[in-house]
Amino acid sequence: MSDAGNAEHGHDHPKHELSHYAKRIYAIRDLLIEKGVITEKDIQCQIEYQEARSPANGANLVARAWGDAAFKGRLIADPKSACAEMGIDATAINEFVVLENTESVRHMVVCTLCSCYPRPILGRPPDWYKSFNYRQRAVVDPRSVMREFGLNLPDDVEVRVHDSTADIRYLILPLRPKGTENWSEADLAKLVTRDSMIGVMDPLDAIPE
Amino acid sequence: MNSATQFKPGDRVTVKFQDRPGHLRTPWYIRGKSGWIEQVHGEFRNPESLAFGHDGLPKKTLYLVAFNQSDVWGRTAAPKDKLLVDIYEHWLESSAQEREEVSHE
Repeated sequence: MSDAGNAEHGHDHPKHELSHYAKRIYAIRDLLIEKGVITEKDIQCQIEYQEARSPANGANLVARAWGDAAFKGRLIADPKSACAEMGIDATAINEFVVLENTESVRHMVVCTLCSCYPRPILGRPPDWYKSFNYRQRAVVDPRSVMREFGLNLPDDVEVRVHDSTADIRYLILPLRPKGTENWSEADLAKLVTRDSMIGVMDPLDAIPE
Repeated sequence: MNSATQFKPGDRVTVKFQDRPGHLRTPWYIRGKSGWIEQVHGEFRNPESLAFGHDGLPKKTLYLVAFNQSDVWGRTAAPKDKLLVDIYEHWLESSAQEREEVSHE
């Protein structure tokens, strides 16, 4: 790499004190660039790619599934093809499974080992999803976690917690809110929160006009 | 599905209680616990090999294994609640002797 015109190297580092792991990451990055394995442009493109994926992808899938029973069938039977239909690239996921909530069964997802998450569909996982607190309590006492997100389920509803420890990535298809019978797909999508697709809460309520 | 697949949905299984150095994808809390095969996910490269730069071959069959919350923790907030964990075949052994007792599943 050319260092012409720059006494140090060609990018800024954060000014604040770095943690041990952050220092290590910057050191590895600098070495990869210096040795010509990757370029700064590669890194920037990858950051932009990661940032471009957002829960809006998942919300659009859910909203279409709510309004179109045939699409819902395809989404559950072959989620990757259904994503392709919507212009969403889910090919980075090894195996993609959609779990449908019902009045009697609610699903919730955690990765107790790390932070496995359907990133092409939901973007980057929220910090709480990666916290030790969530990863412990989601498997031991999921109902208390749900209560913190405002979801109080009666005891006769079955809670199924999926620990996604391997190649499978899970998306929850939440229950369609009542009172949305004639809503457009775009309006429905606004009710589909990221957290409702992780399964810790229900979608937003329809607020009557 | 590969003819070598050892278990089918409904089979009772116990997760092996073992430990060894390496990249193990079977959570500690589920080792030694018993549940049943919910679904056969298919065959995947073995993460215990991939993590060290190897090819992950031969592929291992991955199962969705279901457990009663009460069987894992000895208690549960609600009787129907379940835990479902993706577990590779080489971590599972048959617990067929329990089949009779759990016929209510």
